[in-house]
Amino acid sequence: MWKFFHQLASPPHFYRLAAIFSPWFLVPAIALIAYGVYAGLFLAPMDYQQGDAFRIIYVHVPSAYLSMMAYMILAISGGIGLIWRMKLAHAVAAAAAPLGAAFTFLALVTGSIWGRPMWGTWWEWGDPRLTSELILLFLYFGYMALRGAIDDTAKADKASAVLALVGIVNVVIVHFSVEWWSSLHQGRTLMKEGGPAMDPGMLYPLLAMILGFTFLFGSLLLRRVRTEVLFRERRTRWVREMIMSPEGR
Amino acid sequence: MEKLAMGNYGIYVWSCFGMTLAVILFSEWRARLRHKRVYRDIEVRIKALEERQ
Repeated sequence: MWKFFHQLASPPHFYRLAAIFSPWFLVPAIALIAYGVYAGLFLAPMDYQQGDAFRIIYVHVPSAYLSMMAYMILAISGGIGLIWRMKLAHAVAAAAAPLGAAFTFLALVTGSIWGRPMWGTWWEWGDPRLTSELILLFLYFGYMALRGAIDDTAKADKASAVLALVGIVNVVIVHFSVEWWSSLHQGRTLMKEGGPAMDPGMLYPLLAMILGFTFLFGSLLLRRVRTEVLFRERRTRWVREMIMSPEGR
Repeated sequence: MEKLAMGNYGIYVWSCFGMTLAVILFSEWRARLRHKRVYRDIEVRIKALEERQ
């Protein structure tokens, strides 16, 4: 077990493994998202209160879930890198940030578009879920700006890992905001006690989309980490040998 | 056509799905482009080093 993790943490080993596994994440992602989009848009029954506008959840919910999951990956990787000085963990954190920012942006924009016909407003500053999700986007921007501002990779890794760990507080706030405070945003639907409060015809496409987005995120993350590893290891012997070899990329 | 109109919510629903597709395609394109760039830069540097030697 430890030997496996030790090998996985080795940059050349990870670089090769990521190339093998990333297509295996992409194929189920495409299949699940294709089913989720079709079933969500055309097969799922209309919501009796929201009408067809409810179909926005098929892109909003997976994006919002990934916005938090990406941050947890970023912060935990940063923490591992900080404590065990694992170079690969810092590469994972650095690669997760732009993806997390992209999905947070999507969650905010799709939520805002849904809010216009449902709440009668694009944005509500007093809402804790909306505001904490916006702070999450700023945290991602701050993380990336901090990394970009420090030339020394080791120093950038340390500083950004500390920022990422502090930012976990905000992810907890995003997650529990609908329970802790009065919010325009609806409460839990999927993780509700007694099971999801949704018709199966609406639920299955949503679960497919969440799983599909997770696979897609996995595929993108593996490829981004691979690039990050290549960049960080650019002066090493294994990179030189790999690039000069006939197999190349 | 009625299905595309989504009961007058079509503009909201389709713009969300369109935006999501655009962001996903952009992320995919960025990931590929950055890998190509990093790989090419290292390749150029190694070749320049070898020529000097």
